[in-house]
Amino acid sequence: MADDGAIDGNATDDGAAGNPADTAVSTGNSDAIAAAFADGPAYIPYLAVGDPDYDSSLAYVEALDRGGADIIELGLPFSEPIAEGPTIQGAVVRALEGGMTPDRFFAFVEELDVDAPLVCMTYYNLIYQYGASEARSASDASGDAASHDGPRPFVERAAAVGIEGFVVPDLPAEEADPLREACDEFGLDLVFIVAPTTAGERLERIMEHVSGYVYVQARLGTTGAKSDVSDQTTESLARIREYDVPKAVGFGISAGEHAERIVAAGADGVIVGSALVDIVAAGHEEGRSVEEVADELEALSRELKAGAERGLSARDAGDDDDGEGAEADPDPASPGDAR
Amino acid sequence: MSETETTTETGNRRGRPGRERGRTDGKFGRYGGQYVPEALMPAIEELTDAYERYVLENEDGFMDEFRERLADFGGRPTPLQRADRLSERYDREVYLKREDLLHGGAHKLNNALGQVLLAKYMGKERIIAETGAGQHGTATAMAAAHLDMPCTVYMGERDINRQRPNVFRMKLNGSEVKPVTAGRGTLKEAISETMRDWAATVGDTHYVIGSVVGPHPFPVMVRDFQAVISEEAREQSIEVTGRLPTDVIACAGGGSNTMGSFAAFVDDESVALHAIEAGGSTLEVDEEAGVAPNSASLFAGDEGVLHGARTKLLQDSHGQIMESHSISSGLDYAGVGPELACLVDEGRVNPVAVDDDAALEGFHRLSRTEGIIPALETAHAFGYLEEHGDELRDRVIVTVSGRGDKDLDAAIEETDKRDVAGAPDMSMFTGGL
Repeated sequence: MADDGAIDGNATDDGAAGNPADTAVSTGNSDAIAAAFADGPAYIPYLAVGDPDYDSSLAYVEALDRGGADIIELGLPFSEPIAEGPTIQGAVVRALEGGMTPDRFFAFVEELDVDAPLVCMTYYNLIYQYGASEARSASDASGDAASHDGPRPFVERAAAVGIEGFVVPDLPAEEADPLREACDEFGLDLVFIVAPTTAGERLERIMEHVSGYVYVQARLGTTGAKSDVSDQTTESLARIREYDVPKAVGFGISAGEHAERIVAAGADGVIVGSALVDIVAAGHEEGRSVEEVADELEALSRELKAGAERGLSARDAGDDDDGEGAEADPDPASPGDAR
Repeated sequence: MSETETTTETGNRRGRPGRERGRTDGKFGRYGGQYVPEALMPAIEELTDAYERYVLENEDGFMDEFRERLADFGGRPTPLQRADRLSERYDREVYLKREDLLHGGAHKLNNALGQVLLAKYMGKERIIAETGAGQHGTATAMAAAHLDMPCTVYMGERDINRQRPNVFRMKLNGSEVKPVTAGRGTLKEAISETMRDWAATVGDTHYVIGSVVGPHPFPVMVRDFQAVISEEAREQSIEVTGRLPTDVIACAGGGSNTMGSFAAFVDDESVALHAIEAGGSTLEVDEEAGVAPNSASLFAGDEGVLHGARTKLLQDSHGQIMESHSISSGLDYAGVGPELACLVDEGRVNPVAVDDDAALEGFHRLSRTEGIIPALETAHAFGYLEEHGDELRDRVIVTVSGRGDKDLDAAIEETDKRDVAGAPDMSMFTGGL
């Protein structure tokens, strides 16, 4: 299994990315993630790993990569996903019923053949428990109170299979020190979410902790595709404009024109989850072939990626202080400059 | 108003070291904390500030109004009653703290009234709550109606089917009841769904959590609202017997009844504290199916993070939360309050699991011998008394956390499945099943 690491090649080689790190704000540990934002707006799709089963899920994630993903967020399903709306809850249930576990997740990442750097999105208990059961058995035997290494074993394993960063929706900056330390040790980024309600001291605290990119929650509530783009997005982006870290907007983005408007409003990236999970769910319910579903995921990915690039052109046309406009490709069919 | 006086006197908690624990950072040893989505953090901070000002400092006379309403609307103080037959049976003094006589028929109103009132002081316009057995939901619905606040209660679909009368009660009080279909449709899923609602509505909405669980400040705040149980009991015990009890017994699900029954005794080292959990059908777990056929998170759980706090949990070896089980839906939860987890680790609280059968026998025994039909949750404490009564010392207080009217259907059905000593023949009620 260990040799598969060579196949995925994600993160390591393209991280070097002799990309002219002109505007790249490298506040993170992962060069690959920094590079993903260096050459235009980043398209960051999410899928729950193992939804609806291991093999289909591999094909689906690879389709996202073909569709122009700059970073891929891989959801490791947790039984109590309190930040997720019904769409991703459904994905989590399917993936868990399909037998997804942290170890299978790591095997999946090793087997995956994609170029985009990978970020693991999961809940803290799974990170915290990894390797804990052995520690517990040992401490039970010795009669000591349970002690384990906290998040470190999970992060070490994630780094070994090629994960470049984490998003942990139930881990606010206040509780994040142990995970942050482990991430720093193994060279991974820890992405934090900034909500429409985040301001003042809290915002500053988060911005001190964040690395890689900041996940700007487009609106209040849980994840889920919506047909409009909230004003809260614009306000949130304005509030964090001065911070020198890539800003990726998520929650509710489902079409190319949303991506376009969000990038035009100043985002450095767009995160799309539920709209993609919807395709997987519908394919599963309708019994369609893996290829068909994968094609649809790839097509929506191209649309979103192209929308994001149109957004950058629009922004550059609007305020001409950024020399990157020429890179954006107005042709929606083009995969753009994705790796 | 003598009742109010009593409440106020016993309600003076200042200076008890136990209340300092977790006050500032919400940590109880290794447990507690604030593991919530970022969108909720400002609301949590706002609530922490309100808790410190209104509850701890009695700003604007909040605690005075709370105690007054607990007396007038709730019927406090509740009696500490000597149980004559049980005293004889176990050959030691057994007293019952009668929370079943609180308005609504369970201890839950103490917390619900406190939080809805606090929400009002904070200027919130809407109440949401989760409920398992329906006791917290009905208490919140009553408090919301009493204080004129719109209220939505999330309840697992399975629990709705187990507790139909409570659903009707909530609706009678003007609350909306939203079914939760995720997972097995019990308390765990209802809490997750209520948190999701809150994440979308934090500006004008207060989440009245039903137990000493969740992110700080909920565990300390709910404990403080429920502490009136043990404050009264402590005072009443001294009044009636001239001494403190030797043992206090309370059933434990999330732990609000438990912490409420223990809070004022935590610093009385001579008083043994017994937290009685639902042992369900067995303490064995089915890792494959993700099911723990019990709710004994203190007794059998491992440290983890759920619903905003680090605490003891029923989880599989990967950290996925198990589906718990109990004959009583009010104890049916995979987690437990972080302060209780800490008190168990410190050896201050003795966690014990009592299984479904023993609880059901306790239900019948108390009904038959003392004329009190207890909630199935409460019945676990009497199962413990039967199994371990001879290990206790001479003055025992058992909290009767709620009355059993809500459980009659379940009791009939469960009794009919078993051969319960001394139980009436239930077959005439279940003939159609």
